Amino acid sequence: MEVLLFTILTLCALGVLAAVVLYFVARKFRVEEDPRIDEVEKMLPGANCGGCGFAGCRGMADALVKRDDISALFCPVGGSACMKSVADYLGKAAPEKEPQVATVRCGGTCAKRPRTNEFDGAASCAVASALYVGETGCSFGCLGYGDCVAVCAFDAIRINPETGLPEVDADKCTACGACVKACPKGIIELRKKWPKNRAVYVSCVSKDKGAVVMKACKAGCIGCGKCAKVCPFGAITVENNLAYIDPQKCKLCRKCENECPTGAIRLVGMEPLPKEPKAPAAPKAAPEKPAAAPKAAEAAAKQVKAE
Amino acid sequence: MKTFPIGGVHPSENKLSGAKPIEVLPLPDVVTIPLSQHIGAPAVAKVAKGDKVLTGQLIAEAGSFMSANIHSPISGTVTSVDLVPNGQGLRQPMITIKREGDEWAEGIDRSETLVRECDLPAQEIIARIKAAGIVGMGGATFPAHVKLSVPPGKKAEVLIINGVECEPYLTSDHRMMLEHGEEILVGVTILMKALGVQRAVIGIENNKPDAIAHLKGLAGRYAGIEVMPLKVQYPQGGEKQLIAAVTGRQVPPPPALPIDVGAVVCNASTTYAVYRAVQKNMPLIERVVTITGKRLTAPKNLLTRMGTPVLTLIVAAGGLPEGDVKVINGGPMMGRAMVNLDSPVTKGCSGITVMSGRDAVRNEAGSCIKCAKCVAACPMGLEPYYLSKMARRKNWEVLEEQMITSCIECGCCQFSCPSYLPLLDFIRLGKQAVMGIIRARAAAAAPKK
Repeated sequence: MEVLLFTILTLCALGVLAAVVLYFVARKFRVEEDPRIDEVEKMLPGANCGGCGFAGCRGMADALVKRDDISALFCPVGGSACMKSVADYLGKAAPEKEPQVATVRCGGTCAKRPRTNEFDGAASCAVASALYVGETGCSFGCLGYGDCVAVCAFDAIRINPETGLPEVDADKCTACGACVKACPKGIIELRKKWPKNRAVYVSCVSKDKGAVVMKACKAGCIGCGKCAKVCPFGAITVENNLAYIDPQKCKLCRKCENECPTGAIRLVGMEPLPKEPKAPAAPKAAPEKPAAAPKAAEAAAKQVKAE
Repeated sequence: MKTFPIGGVHPSENKLSGAKPIEVLPLPDVVTIPLSQHIGAPAVAKVAKGDKVLTGQLIAEAGSFMSANIHSPISGTVTSVDLVPNGQGLRQPMITIKREGDEWAEGIDRSETLVRECDLPAQEIIARIKAAGIVGMGGATFPAHVKLSVPPGKKAEVLIINGVECEPYLTSDHRMMLEHGEEILVGVTILMKALGVQRAVIGIENNKPDAIAHLKGLAGRYAGIEVMPLKVQYPQGGEKQLIAAVTGRQVPPPPALPIDVGAVVCNASTTYAVYRAVQKNMPLIERVVTITGKRLTAPKNLLTRMGTPVLTLIVAAGGLPEGDVKVINGGPMMGRAMVNLDSPVTKGCSGITVMSGRDAVRNEAGSCIKCAKCVAACPMGLEPYYLSKMARRKNWEVLEEQMITSCIECGCCQFSCPSYLPLLDFIRLGKQAVMGIIRARAAAAAPKK
């Protein structure tokens, strides 16, 4: 019994002693940390995706509190709303950025882009692209092994087994940019996110000459420049045999889509403009058309203003 | 019998064309010549569309010291200097020439007479080798004049001639040693003179007893040349493995080079090309290519002009077999699968292997069972399973620490893996990334000097 008592008392005494030592040590070496960092961290989404450029949300919170000018910091997951609440709390100017969405710029589906060989190496885009051109004749297009899918922390990107191409779920995508970095072909781009997930973009990144593109893929951009000529906003540039629609200038008027001979320009969430009547067989469509086009343009312009 | 001390495997040799004498492939009608057939800077084209060229005429000049000249393998008209898909389907700058007759540039001695004497000084020998555009013909395509220009402060002690040909299926070096043994030995004396060394060793694996006996018989006439039979073990033809096998010295990890242990290694076919360049003024415009495969009707060794489409060789060997095939530029261990059979034979192409049926497809990969067979097989003493895992995780720091840049990409790890894991695929990826980081770091550090 005595042994037990001594043991308990000794341990208690040691515990009290250690507590006293620790108390003074803690006071002496106390690190003053801004309590606002914790608060800001709670406001951030907590996804720790690295989309802001920091290793995790804690690092971002630390930077937000410590830096005077936070205009360069932005959490793509939380978006403007989150940044505004953080900025209000800290009393700093809120960084603003329009919402973005990852866009896969390749339309080379299994049907449009025939396979010329079979790859039996490690199923990784990085490995395949380091080795050779890929299973099709296009050296710029999607390889389809899903490196982008593997890095997505939000389950927002999937390979469609029918097309063999990745598809982005715009509602889930936070524009963290992980897939953009993972794609060895540089196909994925963060583009402006329109309401109702509408989009117009050139679904091709091939810089090959037209004839070479046509041989490898029926859906590729051949750099003909028809879209650039028809664009009323000067949003389309053709460089290195490839058209590019500037998301900042584009107003979703959809005129370019009708011009594209290969269908490389893709519309999402919108009906294409009615085509101009080629034969007099469609007299009814003719009077409607001029009315419809300005309306669409107006609607698009309104949406821009609403932004 | 000597061999290298660590790792290695012994795949089935399958030297189907070992007993077939070298045949001359008829001149191709069209050739495409890549400007980058060697390690280092691409050559700069000296001809334009419409130009008439003669066989052996310089058509592209070395882009820097670490580069090589390229000569026209046929005479005719340049039809384009443009991007053309290579064997891997990637578009690279190439010169396309359409053949018209067979006219040669002046000053090239095309006779077969043996010229033994060479009184040229070392500098002149290296200059001739450089002018002829000779690169390592075993596959690494390292410019020969760079190898022979020993940097100040270092000294070559021994010249090693690589007649190992450890890669399964390939027999081009074997046939060269049998049919052009005398020329190779003269080439060795020329290289010894260029390097200022008194000793040369020709390393040959003992699965080629006829070549060993033939060269041993001839070597007696030449001072300082020794023919050394080696135990059959892949990848003995690797430069560092061959040095270890012959001299017992270990080349330190990169950036150290064989010259740091006093050795210079040169392939047997390259040695023949050196002989022709120095004694006959013949540029490197043709080479022997083994065209082989179990289902090919006639595997053979073909003396082929550079730039000949690979398909021409396959047709000469009986055409592509039915069913699934994998055409490999090189041997099955280190070669690269091709997707474009119109791509040309280049200076480093020692063979075309056609794998068919079950050989053409990889087995399905399982999981790593940590058996460490890859560790035992790695001739560089690395841990392939770990490197592969870290490369998957993109952990470049660990990869650099683990000496991934030492990897010679021989494929022993993947060959020995009982789970058929694509180890080398990822290691190669990691190696490329780490080498990129090292280069970027060097570039960032350079301007400060």
